[in-house]
Amino acid sequence: MATIAARVLPVPVRLGGGRHLVERNFLLYRRSWVVFLSGFFEPVFYLLSIGVGVAQLVGSFTLSDGTTIAYAAFVAPAMLASSAMNGAIFDSTYNIFFRMKYAKLYDSILATPLRPWDVATGEVTWALLRGAIYSAMFIVVMLIMGLITSWWALLALPASVLIGFAFAGAGMALTTFMRSWQDFEFVQLAIMPMFLFSATFYPVETYPGAIRWLVEITPLYQGVVLERAFSTGNVSWSLVVNALYLAAMGTFGMYVASRRLGKLLLK
Amino acid sequence: MALAVENGRRMFDYWLTVYKRTWKGTMISSFLLPMLYLAAMGIGLGSFVDSNGTGALGGVSYLQFIAPGLLASTALQIAVGEATYPVMSGLKWQKFYHSMIATPLRPADVVYGQLGFIAFRVLSSCTVFLVIIALFGGLKSPLGVLGLPVSLLVGMAVASPIAAYATTLENDSGFAMVFRFGVVPAFLFSGAFFPVSQLPNWIEWLAYVSPLWHAVDLSRSLSLGTVNPWLALGNLVYLLAWFLVGTWLAVRGFTKRLIG
Repeated sequence: MATIAARVLPVPVRLGGGRHLVERNFLLYRRSWVVFLSGFFEPVFYLLSIGVGVAQLVGSFTLSDGTTIAYAAFVAPAMLASSAMNGAIFDSTYNIFFRMKYAKLYDSILATPLRPWDVATGEVTWALLRGAIYSAMFIVVMLIMGLITSWWALLALPASVLIGFAFAGAGMALTTFMRSWQDFEFVQLAIMPMFLFSATFYPVETYPGAIRWLVEITPLYQGVVLERAFSTGNVSWSLVVNALYLAAMGTFGMYVASRRLGKLLLK
Repeated sequence: MALAVENGRRMFDYWLTVYKRTWKGTMISSFLLPMLYLAAMGIGLGSFVDSNGTGALGGVSYLQFIAPGLLASTALQIAVGEATYPVMSGLKWQKFYHSMIATPLRPADVVYGQLGFIAFRVLSSCTVFLVIIALFGGLKSPLGVLGLPVSLLVGMAVASPIAAYATTLENDSGFAMVFRFGVVPAFLFSGAFFPVSQLPNWIEWLAYVSPLWHAVDLSRSLSLGTVNPWLALGNLVYLLAWFLVGTWLAVRGFTKRLIG
């Protein structure tokens, strides 16, 4: 059904070349949907372990502005942001590298009327669709566990798509510079510290000056700030800056990625 | 017997030669990531746990509580990593196992050599991690050093059945399942981060089934000096049983897949 929809939807031809790639990925994953869906469980396991198990050791949490929050409610939005990051990075690095170097998928695609920009937009759109499904499911889990306290949480889903966009764009741009699987250790090296230290498990005020500043400029921190504001309803205008940071990162990444793809493949 | 040892040694030698060329990449996942976990959870989050009172942990600091658990979890993750993709690669992508059994090596030798190399990876990584833990002040008693053989044992206990499982797969999507529904839940719910008695009853029992819980429990009781000999013996026997049954299954699986 969705396949037919992708064909008949009146998307402008010059803009929508990427949709063919989305359709291709959809057809591919239709056969392994169990693997597809299982990606949703990881953040939920983390939420249950840290947010429920460790929470009993931490007790409730007093933030710097004096508000008290249950530890699970503090961790959950950070898990939402982290899983948006992880999913987007996985799709845009490992998967793209495999398709580029081994499956030679993009060589075949560029032999059709599709251009490098279509490849970049198509893959990023796919990564975002996939991420949006996981995020929506996770937000439902948060709702059931009583971890959402505000109607602003309606914006949590678009926010996680924005986080996905930032990391998918950047990840794809970086992937075009990768030489072998060994280089992927550096992806881990960037992702894991962000996951552990971006005010995910405890407030950023815990850190001393310079380290705190370092944490605050990471992209995941921007995402965590957005998600936490929306799930707790503690919203202010400064969030626009966080959102712009992520949007700029994603756009720049996609621009670099499509330039590099053209250079690498259209020789 | 002497032949098996000699052939296994030659196989191990092969893996060592490969590793000499690729060890740098493993530094990040083997040392740096567990260290970062230790810092983020043990020290960062630990300061909040400690200030809340550590009665539930038996009065030790959160860092000392999770350090032995993280050691065993690291062993598990390294062992699973080495028993999944490299084995699939040997069977399907690069097919080096097929070349190996074209020599006097038998499938069983291939298994012993592979497991020997995994033991080497687990032991070397965990030794470095243990030194780091000690420097951070994560060991309460010197007996905590015995967490090293315990980690080796849990590594082997999971590597052997997973290598056996790998021989039954046609592609690597099965591994995604192993990681998502085996490794990640085991890491998060085997008592490394909080006592499993806090879990709902039925999940608590699932934790007792997991080999990781037995390793975490044993290595923690050694480090905190709270060993109960009978429980410790139970932990050891359980882990050993996984290893022996797993090795038997792996030899069977390799023989079937390589010779048919």
